[in-house]
Amino acid sequence: MKSVILQSASRYLLPILLLFSVFLLLRGHYYPGGGFVGGLVAAIAFVLHSLAFGTAETMKMLQFTPLSIIPVGLIIAAISMLLPVFFGLPVMTGLWIEQPIPVVGLVGSALFFDIGVYLVVIGVVLTILFTISLETH
Amino acid sequence: MLLIILLGLITSCLLVPLGKYFRSGRSVFLSLLPAGLFAYFASHLSHIGAGNIIYESNKWVPSLGINLDFRLDGLSLLFSLLITGIGTLIFIYASSYLKGHQYLDRFYGYLCLFMSAMLGVVLSDNILLLFTFWELTSISSFFLIGFNNDSTVSRKSALTALGVTGLGGFFLLAGMIMIGEIAGTYTIRELVTSTAIIREHQLYPVVLGLVFMGAFTKSAQFPFHFWLPGAMKAPTPVSAYLHSATMVKAGIFLLARFTPILGGTPEWSYTLMIVGGITMLYAGVHSLFRTDLKGVLAYSTIAVLGVLTFLIGLGTKEALIAASTFIIAHALYKASLFLVTGIIDHQTGTRELTQLSGLRKVLFPVFIAGTLAALSSAGLPLSFGFIGKDLIYEATLAAGPQLAVLLTIVAVSANIGLVAAGFMAGIKPFIGNLPAQLEKVKMPSAAIWLPPLVLGILGFVLGSLPGIVGDYIISPTVQVLSVEAVEFKLKIWHGFNTVLLLSATTIIAGTIVYFFNKPAISKTVFLERFNRYTPHYFFEMSWGAFKRFSSWYTDFMHNGYLRSYLIRIIVFAEILLVYELIRGGPIHIDYSKLIPISIHEGVNVLILLGALYLTVTTTSRLTAVVGTSIIGYAICLMFVFYSAPDLAITQFTIDTLTVVLFVFVLFNLPSFLVIPNSNKSIIVRDGLVAGSFGIILSLTAIKVLQVPTEKGISEFYGEFAYSLARGKNVVNIVLVDFRGFDTMFEIVVLSISALGVYSLIKLKLKTSEKE
Amino acid sequence: MELLLVVLIGALYASGVYLILRRSMVRLLLGIILLGNGTNILIFLLGTITKGKPPVMAADMSVFTDIYADPIPQALILTAIVISFGLTSFAIVLLKRVYALLGTDDLDTLNTPQEEDV
Repeated sequence: MKSVILQSASRYLLPILLLFSVFLLLRGHYYPGGGFVGGLVAAIAFVLHSLAFGTAETMKMLQFTPLSIIPVGLIIAAISMLLPVFFGLPVMTGLWIEQPIPVVGLVGSALFFDIGVYLVVIGVVLTILFTISLETH
Repeated sequence: MLLIILLGLITSCLLVPLGKYFRSGRSVFLSLLPAGLFAYFASHLSHIGAGNIIYESNKWVPSLGINLDFRLDGLSLLFSLLITGIGTLIFIYASSYLKGHQYLDRFYGYLCLFMSAMLGVVLSDNILLLFTFWELTSISSFFLIGFNNDSTVSRKSALTALGVTGLGGFFLLAGMIMIGEIAGTYTIRELVTSTAIIREHQLYPVVLGLVFMGAFTKSAQFPFHFWLPGAMKAPTPVSAYLHSATMVKAGIFLLARFTPILGGTPEWSYTLMIVGGITMLYAGVHSLFRTDLKGVLAYSTIAVLGVLTFLIGLGTKEALIAASTFIIAHALYKASLFLVTGIIDHQTGTRELTQLSGLRKVLFPVFIAGTLAALSSAGLPLSFGFIGKDLIYEATLAAGPQLAVLLTIVAVSANIGLVAAGFMAGIKPFIGNLPAQLEKVKMPSAAIWLPPLVLGILGFVLGSLPGIVGDYIISPTVQVLSVEAVEFKLKIWHGFNTVLLLSATTIIAGTIVYFFNKPAISKTVFLERFNRYTPHYFFEMSWGAFKRFSSWYTDFMHNGYLRSYLIRIIVFAEILLVYELIRGGPIHIDYSKLIPISIHEGVNVLILLGALYLTVTTTSRLTAVVGTSIIGYAICLMFVFYSAPDLAITQFTIDTLTVVLFVFVLFNLPSFLVIPNSNKSIIVRDGLVAGSFGIILSLTAIKVLQVPTEKGISEFYGEFAYSLARGKNVVNIVLVDFRGFDTMFEIVVLSISALGVYSLIKLKLKTSEKE
Repeated sequence: MELLLVVLIGALYASGVYLILRRSMVRLLLGIILLGNGTNILIFLLGTITKGKPPVMAADMSVFTDIYADPIPQALILTAIVISFGLTSFAIVLLKRVYALLGTDDLDTLNTPQEEDV
C-alpha cells in the first residue's frame, strides 16, 4: 500500500488533521466537537500515516507506545474530576478561570476533563489498531 | 457472651492450620474448651437462679434491626449447661472413639463450630440473630452427620437432614420477619412486652405456622421425623450429642422461647398437642420394631421430642415445669445410652440387637452405665427420670376435666414405649449368655466408658437431690416461660397418689412389653412393607422428581449451542413485547405531527436498506464489510439531517476506523462458513424469528412515539448549560459536566477494552496451544 | 419520515438477529454491529427527531431562543458509538485468536472442549 501519492499527501495531512483535532477539542464546549470527536480525528490522522508508511514507521515517529497515553489521559481526567474536592466543593464541580484566554476562550476544569478524554481515545484507538496491524504484518 | 460464643468458632478456625497436632490422643485436650465454658455458665447459677437475666448488646447491622444482642436467663442457662456439659463428655469420648481417624482434627472443628452455633441459638436475644445461629447449626450438623463421607448412605442422610432442617429454616426466617414487622422490634426482650399485638394480628395463624415449620423440622416432629433416624449414620458421639442435648432440642428450645411471645392461644396449644401426641405415639411404637440399637434410640428420641412438644403445647405451669425437667432427664440418660451403644458397636462391630447378649461379662462398667441410664429412662424412683415422669403425669392430670383422661392415656402409652425402648438399648445387650464370637471382646479405655458412666450416675445423683436443680435451673426457666415468678419445689417423693400409681403402671407395663417384644429381623421387614406410606417415602419421591425435572430443564435450556440460547432469549423477549403491545391497545398514528419525507432522506434510507440486504445475503467477507460500512455512513448522514452534528462526526470517524480495523484483520479472518447441506427449514425458522422481532420492535417504536416524551431533564440541561457549565454545546456539556461521572467510567471501559486487545495479541501462544 | 425510520429500525434488528443466529462467527460479529446501529437509531428516534436545530446555542446567546434537538439521546448515542468500537475490536481480536487456534469459523466446534482447556 506504499503509494507515493498517499505518502506525500499524508505527510501534509497529518499536521493539518492534528491541528483540526485540537481545534475540535477546544471548541467542543461551544460548537460541535469535544474530546471524543477530537480524539478520533487525531487517531485517524495517525492511522492514515501508518497506512501510507507502515505502522512500524508511525510508531518510530511517535517515539512512545500508544498504550502509555491511556494512563496519562485517565489521570488528567481523574485529577480534573477530583480537583474541586481540594477547594471544598463536591466532586466534578466546574472550576473556571474568570479571564478568558485568547483563541481558547474560557478555561475550566471541564476542559481538562475533555483533554483527558481526548488522550484516552487516541491511546485506545491507536493501541487497538497498531497492535493488530503489527501482529498481522 | 459474644466472646463465649465466638470461642468455639475461633477454635474451629485455629484447627485448620493447627489441626495436625490434634489428630492423635492429644485431641482430648480440646475438651478443655467445653469444660471451661461449662464452668463459666455454672458460675452464673446462683445469679440466674435468683431470677435475674443478664443482657449484653453489640452493634452489628443496626439498620436492619440485627444486633448482637444476647441474654442469659434460666432457659438459656439450662440449655447452655447441657450443651457444654454433655459436650465436654462427648469431646473426651470422641478422642478415643475416633482414635487414629485420618480427619480427627476436622471432626473436632465441626464439633466446636456446632457447639458455638448451639450456644448462639440459646443465648440470642434477637430473633434474626437466633435464626443465623439456627442455620449455622443446620450447616455444621450436615458436616457432622456426613462425617463418614466415603459412604453414600452417610452423605445421603446428611443431605436429607440438611434438606429438611434447611427447608424449615426458610419458613422460620419468614415467620421471624413477620413477627418483627408486626411488633416493630426484633429483640426478644421487647417482643415479650408486645405479645398482645402479635396474638391479635390477623396474620397470627400464618406466623404460627411458619415458626412451627421451623421447630417441627428441627425437632423431628411427625411428619418431618424421618431425617433423625437417617442421621444415625453419623459417628456415635455425634448422634449422642445431636440427639440428646443439642440439635433436636433446638426446636423445643424455639417453642419454649416463643411460648411467652406466641403461646397461650388455642391455635398454639392444640397444634402442638396434636402434633406432639401423634409424634410420640408413632415413634414409641416404631422404636419397638427396631433391631438396630441406634434405630431404637432414634425413635425413642423422636418420641421424647413429641412428649416435650406436647407439654409445651399444654402450656400450664405444671406442664412447663415437667418439660424443663424432662429435657434435663432425657439429655442425661439418652446421651448415656447413645455412648453405651457406641461402645458396643466399637468393641463388637455390630449394633444388631439380635446378635448381642451377655456383654456384662466382658464390658462390666459399660453394663452399669447402660443399666443406670435405662433405669432413669424407665423412671425408677431415685432417678431423675422418675421426677420427670411424675411431673408429666401431674401436668396431664391437671389439664382440665375433659382432657385429663385422654392426655394421661396418651402420655402413659408413649412412656410405656419409652421404658421398653430404654431397656432394649441399655440392658438387653448385656444380659443372657455370652455368644462364643463375642468372648474375645476387650474393655475399651477409660476415656470411652467413663463418660456414659458419669452421665448414668449423675442421673441418680440429681434424682436424689432434685431441690438443687429445681431451685437453680427449673424455676428460673419456668419463670422465663410463663413471665411470672413461680413457687415450687422439686421433690423425690410425692406420697402415694394417682401419679405414683401411673408411674408404677408405666414401669410394669413397659417391662412386660420389653419381655414380650423380642427383637427380630422379621419385624423390621414387616415395617418395611409400609415404607410406601411414610412421609419419608413421599419426601424421597418429590426429591427424585425435583432432580429429574432439574436435569430435564437443564438439558433443555443448556445444549451448548450459542444460537439456541439466543433463539430462546429472543423468542421470550418477543412474547413479552407482544403481550405488552396487545395490552396497550390499538396503535394510532398522528400523521400531522410527522416530518414529511424529503427526497434525499428517502434515498439515504433506500441505500441503507440495500446495503443491509447485501450484508445479510452475501457470501463474501469483503462485501459484508463494505455493506456494514455503507450502513454506518448512511446513519452518519441521518445524524447530519436531524441536527446531531457531534454524532455525525463521531459516527463518521468510528465507521472509518472500523473499516480500517476490518482491513487489518480481514485476511486473517475465516471465510464465511458454508454448511454443505444447510437445512432450508432452519433458515426459514431463523428468518421468521428475526423478521417477527424486527416487526415487533417497529410496532413498539411506533407505540412509544405516540407517548409524549418527558422533556424535563433535557430542558434542565438546555436551560442551565450556560449558567452552570459555561458552555453552549449541550451534548458536550452533558458529557463532560452534567454526566461527567458516566464519561469517566466510559473512558475507563474503553481503556480496558484496549488492554484486552493488547493482551490478547501480545499473549504468546502456549506451546500446547500451538500444536 | 419517522415511519421510514421505524421501518429501518425493524430491518436493522431483523438482520442483526438473523445474523447472530448463524453458525459463522464473523456473521455473529456483523450481527452485533447491526444490532448496535439499530439501537442507536431507536434511541435517536424516541427522543423525537428535529430537523436543522442542533442543541448548540447561537454564539451571542446564553439561552436557547428556539426549539432544539434533544441533547440527551445524542449524548447517550455518542458514548454508545465509541464503546461499540471497543467492543467490535475486542470481538474481532478474540475471533482471530479462536480462528488461529481452531482454524474454523464454526461456532459449533467450540462446544467440544479441547484437551488443554481441561
